[in-house]
Amino acid sequence: MAALDQTQVKEGVDQETVDAVREVGAYKYGWDTDIEMEYAPKGVNPDIVRLISEKNEEPEWMTEWRLAAFERWTQMKEPKWAMVHYPEIDFQDQYYYARPKSMETKPKSLDEVDPKLLATYEKLGIPLKEQMILAGVEGAEDAPAEGRKVAVDAVFDSVSVGTTFQEELKKHGVIFCSISEAIREHPELVKKYLGSVVPVSDNFYATLNSAVFSDGSFVYVPPGVRCPMELSTYFRINAENTGQFERTLIIADKGSYVSYLEGCTAPQRDTAQLHAAVVEIIVEEDAEVKYSTVQNWFPGDENGKGGIYNFVTKRADCRGDRSKVMWTQVETGSAVTWKYPSCILRGDDSQGEFYSIAITNNMQQADTGTKMIHLGKNTKSRIVSKGISAGKAQNTYRGLVSMHPKAKNSRNYTQCDSLLIGDKCGAHTVPYIEVRNNSSRCEHEATTSKVDDDQLFYCRQRGMDEEEAVALVVNGFCKDVLQALPMEFAMEAQQLVAISLEGSVG
Amino acid sequence: MLEIKNLHVKLEEEDKQILKGVDLTVEAGKVHAIMGPNGSGKSTLSYVLSGRDGYEVTEGSATLDGEDLLELEPEERAALGLFLAFQYPVEIPGVGNMTFLRTAVNAQRKVRGEEELSAADFLKLVRAKAKTLKIDADMLKRPVNVGFSGGEKKRNEILQMAMLEPKMCILDETDSGLDVDAMKLVADGVNALRDEGRGFLVITHYQRLLDHIKPDVVHIMANGRIVKTGGPELALEVEHNGYADILAEVN
Ligand SMILES: Nc1ncnc2c1ncn2[C@@H]1O[C@H](COP(=O)(O)OP(=O)(O)OP(=O)(O)O)[C@@H](O)[C@H]1O
Ligand SMILES: [Mg+2]
Repeated sequence: MAALDQTQVKEGVDQETVDAVREVGAYKYGWDTDIEMEYAPKGVNPDIVRLISEKNEEPEWMTEWRLAAFERWTQMKEPKWAMVHYPEIDFQDQYYYARPKSMETKPKSLDEVDPKLLATYEKLGIPLKEQMILAGVEGAEDAPAEGRKVAVDAVFDSVSVGTTFQEELKKHGVIFCSISEAIREHPELVKKYLGSVVPVSDNFYATLNSAVFSDGSFVYVPPGVRCPMELSTYFRINAENTGQFERTLIIADKGSYVSYLEGCTAPQRDTAQLHAAVVEIIVEEDAEVKYSTVQNWFPGDENGKGGIYNFVTKRADCRGDRSKVMWTQVETGSAVTWKYPSCILRGDDSQGEFYSIAITNNMQQADTGTKMIHLGKNTKSRIVSKGISAGKAQNTYRGLVSMHPKAKNSRNYTQCDSLLIGDKCGAHTVPYIEVRNNSSRCEHEATTSKVDDDQLFYCRQRGMDEEEAVALVVNGFCKDVLQALPMEFAMEAQQLVAISLEGSVG
Repeated sequence: MLEIKNLHVKLEEEDKQILKGVDLTVEAGKVHAIMGPNGSGKSTLSYVLSGRDGYEVTEGSATLDGEDLLELEPEERAALGLFLAFQYPVEIPGVGNMTFLRTAVNAQRKVRGEEELSAADFLKLVRAKAKTLKIDADMLKRPVNVGFSGGEKKRNEILQMAMLEPKMCILDETDSGLDVDAMKLVADGVNALRDEGRGFLVITHYQRLLDHIKPDVVHIMANGRIVKTGGPELALEVEHNGYADILAEVN
């Protein structure tokens, strides 16, 4: 809480009290890791692109692919249509590559990883040991007593630090590794699928990402395999003035299933930082992918200083018939969020679902939503979006549902609910609907409401303080979406909802 | 225990005086009943005591065990042991009844410096108490009061009271909308909590509830004041003759 830093501490107030107050409502992941880093020179140009490629020991074709993307990017303009406002970003005034010195020689196993890095993830509560995760209390009745396994790929600034449970996954034929490793070890898969869902020239940020992405995760699930555990990637931005450009590629081959979770945090800094990721998902015939995000990048302080600018392109291509994808996102962090996870429903009878909670507090801005592109026959999509704004924040839902002429008998259901806390914030709903055949149907429902005083009073009469009451009511408002998360993360998400709304009342 | 002196209350938003000098003392171990015509200010009194927004106290005081209630936040009053069973219980969509109860119980324990109840202990306790009120497992899982029938909502209020074990319980028309059997359940719930350390203020329109919960003192409220106080026979008089005689007498 920077405002407190500028406040004169009154006489008679001891440091402990000041610290305690500072703690309250502060971003819980705002600390940084003091570690020796290696940077590429500031700015972006073909040399930097080559350098990143070289650091990742990439083959020639990959370097060429990146350079072509860079060439393309120099001809593009930053999009301005979203309902977000931020100072001009100087793309030459940041670092595009930062890795801990200790990662220079790639650790062969987690035991060789720098203890400082391991400690960082431990402090974040992310298991880098191959251990069971015990579910929380809530709904514990349904949890298997022995707990469940979650494999983790941990990405620190520009590099993947390590991936757990790789051996066990390999036994099932599942490949889970960093994308840089995949480029080296599984070039045929990467060549075939990279850029096939989000083309290099898709949009300004995606094109920049294609040129300079440094790491990210890669998943391949072979035909007929149900991935035996949750897969997850944890992104941590640590270095200052450094953009994070990660790239995730997930391929679910015929009849397979995988559930994947992405989590993100960053230290508290005065200067804004750029994050421009690309996620591509390929879903073949009868396959199913669940992709969940708990995004908790540093949101900036209450005056809008610092924070992450989050410009993300996420898209799933349901290529095969009867394929299915489900996006679930809990967006609580970032100063600016620009993000529209999309589904291309190409296969007949394919299905796309999008469940979203976007919370904005203080000066945060979010312009987020989804695109459902119905191309195949009998395709179905469902959108449930819950936007919560508090403080002076602005929250926009922007959604496109498009039914092409061949997408006969397709259905979409959209439900968009906004909740306002206080009267200085805003909520906006921008739905675009195009139906170009006459057997398809779209249903759209939207509501905007305020946190109800009677509900808050009822909770407080029973003993909850105001923040607890707000958190409870808001969690109730988000229930439909929280339920869509894997159980291991639903608890975390609930707590996150509470934490992000701290200081929003009173 | 609960001491209300010369309490004057107006609406915050408009110039409307609702309570015009209420004097009332509820001693520990006693059950007081308040009856009175519609609109006389009974619910307003319960809201002001529990700290709802929208009212302004212009004169007078209210204390619980000597603590000035009017200075405190609603949750602080709750932690002191003040409980209000609402005339119109509020619905909270998406929040499970059980989650709500546990959050409330633990919030109060925290303020009192007690340890949180473990999930297992809590479950055991709720199940036992719910059973005596004939509240089934399904109702415990459903969102707070959403889609509950009028009677179910009232029983749910009593379940919350039983879980929180407050020292001063205000029941605002908890008997309205209850069938004969449910009335008995609610009365049993209240009677089970009756003890030397606990006070009750029962707002009701009907003698029926008072057949089951025998009050020590009955007050008649009219036009923002307590106009008459007596024993249980006062309730019977109202039941038979209405308020006309009493009101005529005080005027
Ligand atoms: N927020 C409000 N705005 C306007 N009038 C109010 C408000 N709150 C209370 N009143 C008025 O104050 C008076 C007392 O209301 P209150 O609800 O306390 O009555 P009551 O004795 O509980 O009645 P009942 O027996 O019908 O429940 C009524 O005339 C009511 O209309
Ligand atoms: Mg009333």
